[in-house]
Amino acid sequence: MHQTFDAALELNLLHANQEGANHNREHFDKWGISCFNIMSSPGAGKTVLLEKTLAALQDKLSMAVIEGDMTTELDADRLRQYNVPVIPINTGRSCHLDSKMVAGGIHTLEHEYNPQEIDLVLVENVGNLVCPAEFEVGEHAKVALLSITEGEDKPLKYPVMFQEADCLLITKTDLAPYLDIDLDRIAQNVRQMNPNVTIISVSAKTGDGLEVWFNWIQNQVSTLTLCH
Amino acid sequence: MHETDMTKALILTVKDWYESQLEKPKIEKIHLIVGQFTCVEPVSLQFAFEVQTRNTFLAEVELVIKDIPLVAFCHTCQQEYKPEIGLQYSCPDCNSPMEDIRSGRELKIDRIEYSSVNTYENVSL
Repeated sequence: MHQTFDAALELNLLHANQEGANHNREHFDKWGISCFNIMSSPGAGKTVLLEKTLAALQDKLSMAVIEGDMTTELDADRLRQYNVPVIPINTGRSCHLDSKMVAGGIHTLEHEYNPQEIDLVLVENVGNLVCPAEFEVGEHAKVALLSITEGEDKPLKYPVMFQEADCLLITKTDLAPYLDIDLDRIAQNVRQMNPNVTIISVSAKTGDGLEVWFNWIQNQVSTLTLCH
Repeated sequence: MHETDMTKALILTVKDWYESQLEKPKIEKIHLIVGQFTCVEPVSLQFAFEVQTRNTFLAEVELVIKDIPLVAFCHTCQQEYKPEIGLQYSCPDCNSPMEDIRSGRELKIDRIEYSSVNTYENVSL
């Protein structure tokens, strides 16, 4: 006789990652740190955006960067010039950061720096429009970048990333004269699935729009600090 | 290939359950629920599961994946609709944005089907 039974688990497949993310966020909250998860496809301009941000806000905020990179420290080296703690995490074969990897970064932050003195941790995720959207790392806000060379349709094709974003930066707007691209169309496509997202158009090259991004960061950090 | 990581999480969760059982059951099927509005591809998940469970206690176990369609609710029209992934997410009738997702974001281990090894042995005696 062959009898079968059922055990109902009803567990989220990402349960372990989610618990890790909540744990990371508790650490950030305890230290009064705001954390943003910066995501985009490779080459959308995450690192240069961070460079501009570190340079512009270093007198106003105490910042640190957790830098996800598959195998190199090229990005981390670029950011170290700004005299902020830059903690590299090589994800190896993995195409995204998960909460456990970021926990390793937090551990370094705790033991090699003084986290009580830090206001903002910027996590630069691995360049990828798919996987990072599913793996929360303990951030308070998700920031997605879309460069205008990628095309208007990307939000429709990679909806989870754009649906989850709290802030969308449309980057490389200085290239608009050379491309057949409709910037309004990008915004419309994103708003179809995420009507409340903050959309900021920027060019790191000319500096256009960066002031709006810097203000957004500072507003978020002050709001979160009040909550802490 | 984040399905590899998802599969790892799946195997660890099932292993925890397996180890918590006093009489080690024979796992036959694992039922997953995967929404269409996730970044998970069922075919990749099947492949990763097959490869990663070889020569383990889960070898030969069948992974049954139930696909759940994306369904949103339009508050203006007061009705559900199925957004066309990759094409249009706003309401086809009034164009309101997709704000209220009713299904399609699921990513869970629903249940484990198993047979009790001991029961089988007792009967055969």
